[in-house]
Amino acid sequence: MSHAWLEKNSAFLLIGIILVIAVGGLVEIAPLFWVGGTVEKVTGMRPYTPLELEGRNIYVREGCYVCHSQQIRTLRDEVERYGHYSLAAESMYDHPFQWGSERTGPDLARVGGKYSDQWHQSHMADPRSVVPESIMPPYKFLFTTPLDYRDVKNMLQANRAVGVSYTQDQIDQARQDLEAQADPNADGLDAMQKRYPKAHARDFDGDPSRITEGDALIAYLQMMGTLVVFKSYHAGAPENRR
Amino acid sequence: MQLAEAGQTRHQAPWRFDHYFAPLVIFLGLVASLIEAARSPDPRMVAQGWIFGVCMAITGVWYVWMYVGRQPLDEKRQYAEGVIKAGVVASMFWGIAGMLVGVIIALQLSFPHLFYFADQPWTNFGRLRPLHTSAVIFAFGGNVLIATSFYVVQRTSHARLFGGSLSWLVFWGYNTFIVLAGTGYLLGITEGREYAEPEWYADLWLTLIWVCYLVVFLGTLIKRKEPHIYVANWFYLSFIVTIAVLHVVNNLSMPVSFLESKSYSLFSGVQDALTQWWYGHNAVGFFLTAGFLGIMYYFIPKRAERPVYSYRLSIIHFWSLIFIYIWAGPHHLLYTALPEWAQTLGMTFSIILWMPSWGGMINGMMTLSGAWDKLRTDPVLRMMVVSVAFYGMATFEGPVMSVKAVNALSHYTNWTIGHVHSGALGWVGYVSFGAIYCLVPWLWKRKLYSNALVEWHFWLSTLGIVLYITSMWVAGIMQGLMWRAYNEFGFLEYAFSEVVLAMHPYYIIRALGGILYLGGTLIMAFNLWKTVRSGAPVLAAAPMGLVAEAAE
Repeated sequence: MSHAWLEKNSAFLLIGIILVIAVGGLVEIAPLFWVGGTVEKVTGMRPYTPLELEGRNIYVREGCYVCHSQQIRTLRDEVERYGHYSLAAESMYDHPFQWGSERTGPDLARVGGKYSDQWHQSHMADPRSVVPESIMPPYKFLFTTPLDYRDVKNMLQANRAVGVSYTQDQIDQARQDLEAQADPNADGLDAMQKRYPKAHARDFDGDPSRITEGDALIAYLQMMGTLVVFKSYHAGAPENRR
Repeated sequence: MQLAEAGQTRHQAPWRFDHYFAPLVIFLGLVASLIEAARSPDPRMVAQGWIFGVCMAITGVWYVWMYVGRQPLDEKRQYAEGVIKAGVVASMFWGIAGMLVGVIIALQLSFPHLFYFADQPWTNFGRLRPLHTSAVIFAFGGNVLIATSFYVVQRTSHARLFGGSLSWLVFWGYNTFIVLAGTGYLLGITEGREYAEPEWYADLWLTLIWVCYLVVFLGTLIKRKEPHIYVANWFYLSFIVTIAVLHVVNNLSMPVSFLESKSYSLFSGVQDALTQWWYGHNAVGFFLTAGFLGIMYYFIPKRAERPVYSYRLSIIHFWSLIFIYIWAGPHHLLYTALPEWAQTLGMTFSIILWMPSWGGMINGMMTLSGAWDKLRTDPVLRMMVVSVAFYGMATFEGPVMSVKAVNALSHYTNWTIGHVHSGALGWVGYVSFGAIYCLVPWLWKRKLYSNALVEWHFWLSTLGIVLYITSMWVAGIMQGLMWRAYNEFGFLEYAFSEVVLAMHPYYIIRALGGILYLGGTLIMAFNLWKTVRSGAPVLAAAPMGLVAEAAE
């Protein structure tokens, strides 16, 4: 067959191009939505609390992903440096994923619980005050900017629309849950922790008088990588074979 | 006199859709921007509303000035050239802006004490880095691609651009998208996925403009007077179509509300990761490769006054390149939680991709057969040939880096940054500069002001590239080795912060490389400015027809 057939007819050329580029994407991406084991079966994962979700929004907004990965690869040194390699299940509620592509700074997939809240406060306000070699930008303004959470209910709603398993109860109580998590003396604390098991509730930013963006971001960082119960995860189990 | 001129132009239909379509789009854009500015409870969205409104107002004023009550002079010429001139100017503007931001962020990593401002969130690396990547890829690269594709498709089709004012709408609309996206990053509006950062409303706007672009390009191809579609246009067409597909699928997302800037991606976790890198890698494959190969296939044969080396090779490498590129995305996710089969597939196709990539390089390079002596005398042609050499180098390095054993070391390091910049500064930058050095004298019909300045540009920026990529190679490999180094007791040898410290000298060298490259571009801008303002006029039109037949 002569190529002239394609290069003399712009419609054929157009269709040819579309057919040729469609194959790879269809074969590679589409199966991820149904092939079993793509996302492992684990215990412990839950959707983000409203405060953590707000913190994650700040993480995205500030472009943390351009320097920090959230994906520990299956290599010995990474597992020893950062902890258990990342599972697909651990980012199942992440819209968008934040695996990153660079480690200008260290991986954060399991940063939760590794440092104190105070360390995070000092580090983000002035990174070089605690890590002299650091080249991270300062984020002092997070601790002086009140968190704008007027829309938190809609945020949970939008997440449910794209597949996160928030219940109606969680959506209705989003505002109360957010306030309860940032205030250790709040009334709604037990109800919040029932809706979000293992959620830490405290004043994260060191300023109990108000909820700042720092509260949200530290709440998010402190839960990262801490949810999955690895004792009950077996990489070799048939349902996790991939 | 005017009548006589009008008589020479093609037949004017009494009713033209573009006389209604462009004003309608501008009007709707204005309405949408005012609604957002007036009604949104989100202060960032209000700011974006005003910015969009100002862009639409400028576009509206321009439209009234150009089209209401008169026919623009440009429409009386054989080919549309005004929009291409505008694209060339925009390319240079965005190129300098994007490279300047690149230099700034390189300096931030080198001297964090000096270049960060604790109370100015918009100056932080996390917001400026997407501004840099988007400005150089989409603003500079995009304007170069739109401008050159409009030029090439007209000349090789012997037909005027389809759609009248539609091509101008593409120009203004695309640059409006750039302004929206760029100011959005500074305000903290981002979808948080590399190279796909603009939020939902900017994505919707770009989709509309991109469809207009496809209509203009395809419409011109359809009304061509040449029987064959020239090879450069295959590449341009595949770039336009594939970018449309990638953009739409990867940006599917759910806004928090139609008055809020924030949205959540339709996909999550591992599916989102692969969709994003399918997009991300093919933004490289189709935006930064196929599109710029279109430039190569027109401007190198034209400048060298030689036909394309091999017609057969261009067919083989075109179809294999666009088929194979699409598969290569998973090499960004090796050893991650992406299923093994997808990783292996991605790596395999990335290695295969080496061949069609070099097919293009050989075809571009060998076009100089019989004209190699011109490299000595013509710095513009030399720039384009060096760009093809960088293309060959980067497309060899890429497959090497996607081998899992190599990637285990190179991933997450500065090696990746170096690799990207040998492609971006060497290939994309140089082929664009070459094309613009050709276009400005052709469009403004003046002799280039100074060849000596082109030499200065070439050598300064080449030195800049060399400093940039060698420093990043050393830094990246060192970084990878230090992360995985063990001491004699079996513990990790280095803390992460020690590795950061070790990067310091290389970050400084990289910034210096960037400054030299930017300096070269500034020299170019000066040279082009002098060409337009005071270059000697050229009466004879640029030769044409040669390349159109070359591929047959």
